[in-house]
Amino acid sequence: MSAHPFLQLSGVSKYFAGTRALENVDFACERGSIHAVLGENGAGKSTLIKIISGVLRPDTGALSLDGQPFDFANPAQANAAGIVCIFQELSLVPDLTVADNIALAQPPRRYGMIDRRAQRHRAEALLARIKCEDVDPNALVRDLSLSRRQMVEIAKALGKQPRLLILDEATSALTRNDVETVYGLLADLRQDNVASLFISHRMNEVERLCDTLSVFRNGRHVETFSKGAKTDGQIVRLMIGREVDAQFPPKPAPTPHVPHLHVDNLSWEKRLRGASLTVGRGEIVGLGGLDGQGQKELMLALFGVLRGVEGRVTVGETQGVPTSPAIAKQAPRRIALVPEDRKTEGLMLPMSIADNLLAASYAYVSVGPFINPMLESQAVSEAIAKLQIKIGDPQDPVATLSGGNQQKVVIAKWLMTDPDVILLNDPTRGIDVGTKQEIYRLMRRLADEGRAILFYSTDYAELIGCCERVAIMYDGAIVAELSGDAVTEEAIVSAALNIHAAPVGVAS
Amino acid sequence: MPSAFSRLRPEDKPVVISAAFIVVILILGTVYTLITQGSAPLFSPNYLLQQLQTGAFLGIVAAGMMMVILLGHIDLSVPWTLTAAAMMATAVGGEMALPTGIAVGIAVGLVNGLGVAYLRIPSMIFTLGVDSVMRGLMVWHTGGFAPQDQATPLMRFLAAEKLLGIPVAIFVWVLVSLVIVTILARTAFGRSIYATGNREAAAYLSGIRTRWVIVGAFVISGICAAIAGILLAGYSTKAYQGMGNAFLLPAIAAVVIGGTRILGGQGRYVGTVVGVTLIVLLNSVLSIMQMPEAGRQVIYGSVIIGMLLVYGRDKRLTG
Amino acid sequence: MSTPLANLATSIRQNRAFTGAVLLLVALFLLYNVLHPRGFSSAVLIQNANESVAIVFVAMAQTIPVLLGGLDLSVGAVMTLSACIASVLVNGSPLQIILGMLVTLLAGTAFGFCNGLIVVYGRLQPIIATLATGAIAMGLALFIRPKPGGDIDGDLNWAVTNSLWDFVDTYGLFDADAAWFAPVAWIPVPLLIILVFGACVWLPFRRTVTGRTIYAIGSAEGAAYMSGLPINRAKIAAFTLAGFFAACGGLYLAIQTASGNADLTQAGAYTLNSIAAVVLGGTSLLGGVGGAIGSLIGALILRVISFYFRILSIDPLLQPLVEGLVLLAAVSLGAVRVLRIRNRLDLFR
Repeated sequence: MSAHPFLQLSGVSKYFAGTRALENVDFACERGSIHAVLGENGAGKSTLIKIISGVLRPDTGALSLDGQPFDFANPAQANAAGIVCIFQELSLVPDLTVADNIALAQPPRRYGMIDRRAQRHRAEALLARIKCEDVDPNALVRDLSLSRRQMVEIAKALGKQPRLLILDEATSALTRNDVETVYGLLADLRQDNVASLFISHRMNEVERLCDTLSVFRNGRHVETFSKGAKTDGQIVRLMIGREVDAQFPPKPAPTPHVPHLHVDNLSWEKRLRGASLTVGRGEIVGLGGLDGQGQKELMLALFGVLRGVEGRVTVGETQGVPTSPAIAKQAPRRIALVPEDRKTEGLMLPMSIADNLLAASYAYVSVGPFINPMLESQAVSEAIAKLQIKIGDPQDPVATLSGGNQQKVVIAKWLMTDPDVILLNDPTRGIDVGTKQEIYRLMRRLADEGRAILFYSTDYAELIGCCERVAIMYDGAIVAELSGDAVTEEAIVSAALNIHAAPVGVAS
Repeated sequence: MPSAFSRLRPEDKPVVISAAFIVVILILGTVYTLITQGSAPLFSPNYLLQQLQTGAFLGIVAAGMMMVILLGHIDLSVPWTLTAAAMMATAVGGEMALPTGIAVGIAVGLVNGLGVAYLRIPSMIFTLGVDSVMRGLMVWHTGGFAPQDQATPLMRFLAAEKLLGIPVAIFVWVLVSLVIVTILARTAFGRSIYATGNREAAAYLSGIRTRWVIVGAFVISGICAAIAGILLAGYSTKAYQGMGNAFLLPAIAAVVIGGTRILGGQGRYVGTVVGVTLIVLLNSVLSIMQMPEAGRQVIYGSVIIGMLLVYGRDKRLTG
Repeated sequence: MSTPLANLATSIRQNRAFTGAVLLLVALFLLYNVLHPRGFSSAVLIQNANESVAIVFVAMAQTIPVLLGGLDLSVGAVMTLSACIASVLVNGSPLQIILGMLVTLLAGTAFGFCNGLIVVYGRLQPIIATLATGAIAMGLALFIRPKPGGDIDGDLNWAVTNSLWDFVDTYGLFDADAAWFAPVAWIPVPLLIILVFGACVWLPFRRTVTGRTIYAIGSAEGAAYMSGLPINRAKIAAFTLAGFFAACGGLYLAIQTASGNADLTQAGAYTLNSIAAVVLGGTSLLGGVGGAIGSLIGALILRVISFYFRILSIDPLLQPLVEGLVLLAAVSLGAVRVLRIRNRLDLFR
């Protein structure tokens, strides 16, 4: 082994709008090894790989590859240096063929033109290497299933002859057979002296595959150790960290709640498979599980966004699935949804804070057909005061606020409609601890006012800290419901992994 | 001065720059007339009012166009909606002339809106098709000749007469403007236009009926084109083939020069008024200078590009 | 797995809109010839081809910015400008004629290049930038040709607007009555021009990295960036090539009519028809899907429809109505997709 590590980061930090994503990170990885990067959501893993692969530039710190310092301006430069990343959000062009995509930027050429025959042969060879002979190189990527696209993405990365291969949750959408293929491939690459960085949430996957593990938490690199040096329990504790600063408001004494929102056997396409659940007035019910098990679809279905939903939904006395958000938010249902992605679904970023706050409640500030400026400014300042949103001027664009304050605007927008049912889709993702605590307190207060709250979070600690009951989703259905003292990290994790049902991957 | 300018809101900058440019045009034009003719017609109220009278037609078209552009769409059916409204109004005549013309505008707007909002066909192509259909219907209706129907006295009054020394057409423009400003600033529908134009998904998830909003905006555009058509027929005493052709591109240009984002979501109505004024005055100064059509087109295009390079640039694409 | 037949099947399935357009054109054209009072003849074909060249080129020009997800509202004006330049330059000695044609094509190409620079470095929306540059192009055209007219070499006009036989005969290239030449002598020169330019410019360009990048930008600009494709170069190339094709259209129009005419209305009509042709030919206005050959077909469909009015003695006044209805019907077919969407949020993407 050479004197210096193959890939080395020293003192790397990255900040987004004042919140830290990475802080003073030292990190190294070697050739011929498969190196796992572990951490909770928001621990800084994806920022780390984006910096390594040239998508982002670090605010401070230095990077080097094979002893050579580098600072890539774009992913193309990183590719040229042999750093290839398989991103979670795919980098495939849907309207081009599989063969086109695999050789996208550096196709084989003849007389200056793309040699399609050679390109197809190359695609066939690469697809064969990952046992995807069933994928037609002439098929359009848009016509492939998600798992096939993921495999094409892997073939594309292989075609770039990586020296450092980064896999960001690259197995999340794969079938069990594909996962085995990818494992074999990674082992082969290790033989060929390629360095692999492997990001995954699945402990058993990491155990089987990797030889070195690094744990990240809150944007910091906590520890790196060899496989087998620590037990599962120790690793999980490292990931969670016990100095967790989040403080939750005290839960009230458990009392039986009359169900207000009643979901019975809800199905939609293949994403929801008979989900059933109740939420009472004054109750915060948590929704847990691995990412993408139908939690988002459940909320969208309740809010009237999805077409062709089957099953029964009752809100108070009102039966039936609403057919649009406009109907869902009105009496008698009075449902509110804080959506997953506040930048594209929650806010109109270039518009003013005041306009965003009012977007769901024009009817409440209108006299006859006209919006009353008095009522309007009164409502806006009330909302800002109620949630203690820190702003300069309500007429400033909402894009100028920090993430936490933006999320408060989304929540305040819905509180102006005085909802009875509040659906929260991971409302604390990517916001600072202080605002998180304010949101926890707010949720408790809203529940105490008699509203029914359904709260999806990818952070188990939040579910434990905030919820009387937690429903765990797996493959479109609720597989476990925990309540009272049974809401523990171990219970949530084992229910979320549905351990006895599917140890590896999710068969599609 | 630079600090005062940089403190302006982004949506006000175009208005201020365009207004300043109007002053520059007036000054340059006056310098020219003083040197060549020794008079300053550009500052005579009568001349300005006369220019604004013809500007009113463009202004009304632009007002409707702005509603659609605020949604990130475009209405290419304006030329023949305008013509159809004028032809139908003159053909029906009498008291029903005006309601008929407006009804044509509403009908075309509804078709456009339904195609764009419900079938989700790009407005660029759908309104183009509707324009062609309207042209076909009108040519068929008139046999391709100039219709002989005369504009009704009311149409003449609205377009060509004066009230208190001011052309009535300007009053109509003001009235349309008041309605549009009220809609945009003081109604849920107007606010929803901005929200939908900025991000339709977020507007939809806020419980805004975005499809109705789109249909509504196209209907307003249709009505505005119809009003302009009725006025233009009144001004020329009759409707004629292709009377709307000269309005489409200047209307879009006026809206965009006024600071409305072509991708939707941002823009103030006062900007559109300033944009219309700018285009009308630019045209009249160029005609005073007896600038040949060639020079006019070049100057016209250069002004649009120049103004947009100052304030209309997109954000740089980053990773 | 990848037999030629299977490849063809895949390709047809992937280009359903294109295939539909070809079938529609073939059907329309066959029916047209059946209904034609004099049946199929070379003379009719020549006349039809002559009337199609300009719109075909302008439609091909429009395709490339549309593939990017943009739009070029200046194609009609650039075509007009080129026609006006040609009407001044394309005459005199053979060398002067060739030089004049080159200058014409170069001027249009340069204009397209400027469009590209403005869009990329001025960071303006293509639709509004080309709206303005279109006005500038019309202004320049009016400078050159304040009144319709012009001076085009008569031989050239005759040679390229008739059959191959006439072309060979005009320039005395070889014995036009040679037996080996007879099977192809009837082919109209304009048809050849369309096919040659389609095959020799567009198809190779499509297979360069720049060409592929245009598709990638229209389909997923973020993925194109992530994959390290040359985005700025491709955008400039797209508008430059659009300028080139528009200039080809203008050059032919000038030779065909032996004049240049800076007609604002005509330029606007060409621009709008080019958009219609692009959509009819199966290119998505959202970008990433389609191609210039499709637009060639789309433009021919528009033209063939207009030929019907002549032979069926339908009132030609109905023509815009029928054209509009055909366009609306064609794009409404694409709306079937909307009915299949189950998650309404997908409507907004």
